[in-house]
Amino acid sequence: MTESARDGEYDEWLDSIESGEGYYLECSNGHGWLPPRRVCPRCHDQDLARVDLPESGEIASHTTISVPTPQFEDDAPYVTAITDFGPVSVTGLVRGEDPDDVAINDVVGIEVGERVTTGDRAVVFRPR
Amino acid sequence: MSDPRIAGAGVTHFGKHPERTGRDLFAEAGLEALDAAGIDPEDAEALYYGNFMGELAEHQGHQGPLMAEAIGLDVPATRVEAACASAGAAIREAVKTLRNGEAEVVVVGGAERMTNIGTAAATDALAIAADDLYEVRAGMTFPGAYALMARSYFDQYGGSREDLAHIAVKNHEHALVNDHAQIQKEITVEDAMEAPTIADPLGLYDSCPITDGAAAAVLTTESYAEEHDLDAPVAITGTGQGGDNLALQDRPHLAQTPAADKAAEEAYDDAGVSPDDVDFAEVHDCFTIAEVLAIESLGFYERGEGVAAARNGETTRDGDLPINLSGGLKAKGHPVGATGVAQLATVAWVLDGTHPRADAVPDGTVGVAHNAGGTVASTTVHVMEVQE
Repeated sequence: MTESARDGEYDEWLDSIESGEGYYLECSNGHGWLPPRRVCPRCHDQDLARVDLPESGEIASHTTISVPTPQFEDDAPYVTAITDFGPVSVTGLVRGEDPDDVAINDVVGIEVGERVTTGDRAVVFRPR
Repeated sequence: MSDPRIAGAGVTHFGKHPERTGRDLFAEAGLEALDAAGIDPEDAEALYYGNFMGELAEHQGHQGPLMAEAIGLDVPATRVEAACASAGAAIREAVKTLRNGEAEVVVVGGAERMTNIGTAAATDALAIAADDLYEVRAGMTFPGAYALMARSYFDQYGGSREDLAHIAVKNHEHALVNDHAQIQKEITVEDAMEAPTIADPLGLYDSCPITDGAAAAVLTTESYAEEHDLDAPVAITGTGQGGDNLALQDRPHLAQTPAADKAAEEAYDDAGVSPDDVDFAEVHDCFTIAEVLAIESLGFYERGEGVAAARNGETTRDGDLPINLSGGLKAKGHPVGATGVAQLATVAWVLDGTHPRADAVPDGTVGVAHNAGGTVASTTVHVMEVQE
């Protein structure tokens, strides 16, 4: 992997979250996706518009991971969750809460943090 | 359109064989399959070979011709990669080739060497079947992904860790007589419940082990089998494959596997059977919750009802619909690229009465193999039937 090369629209999206201007892509039929996307995989619409990501979402599911990959060795145990922001859902790390207290339907905000192990950027959810 | 016959199959011991190269594992399985088929190897016209992580585990790409050479064949050889469904997808290519009349004899198989790189590196290698940008970088592992699905299932439909423990107990018990199996050890519900957590709510006994192994089968046209008087009573009568969004976050439901629904519907239609006709199945239980999702997608259970099947004794070997008589991935082991063909071999051996658990379905005529990749973003389903 070439660490210095950015991953195009993905890193731009992380930048947008970091600056508090997060967005997602929405097709004419209201299906939401994260970039890069050129076409809606559900309805084939290519007219994808940037829409502001809601400030908070609800946790759809979560798990505390005890056996990590080497890239998260020093992060473990950590909570990974899928959070529902309406038309789009996002996967990220839950921080700022005891793992045992994380629950489905918890309301969380989104930000960009760092992996403990590598310092790489990562999507982070915090309780609202 | 004739249905391909399974002329012979071979499977290595599944387990920890870190010192054995992928090519040696596949050679053992492939040569056993060719020998069991009783064909002239010169008649083989193609190899479809499943492998997932060869680049990471062995620094070896381009494995198709390598593996053909390993079993002494000079044929067009193609590696098929669909994560853990690689071998299932390879079977599908072989079936299409035979049905299209492009060949009369095809070898299908798969191999994976995994334990040589250790648990952490293998976990890392397996994770690349998920969405790297949006899942792996958020710490997603495969146990983690299935844990998200399990928690969502419990939330939507009910069920408990104890229900899942019964699946592990069942599959461990099934594997006790399977000498190919990685784990031949009886466990209790309490053992499973008290095992260390991998990704909650899933623990050690909810997860399949990391496995080295290979599997192969020789498939022929019906006419070739008849002309050469092969002992090949089992045919692949239905094939189906379905897909889904790669990332869990992009799916409408976290506790359903529509790729498997689509694959099953296509395979049943192809075979002209319904779920009620199926006598037993080998399903992709990489985690206990995956068996639940599989038996619901295969139409054996309504949504939310599959979780109690093992606890109720319905899917045990003495139940109405035995699931994973081999021990499943859970106990037999899961050398990723080989699993789909190992499932096919199990179904064929149960149907022809040579599998040690064949006595569970003495009158069985219809078996199903369900092979899933990633978080079921790729799934193949094959229906096999006794033709004599």
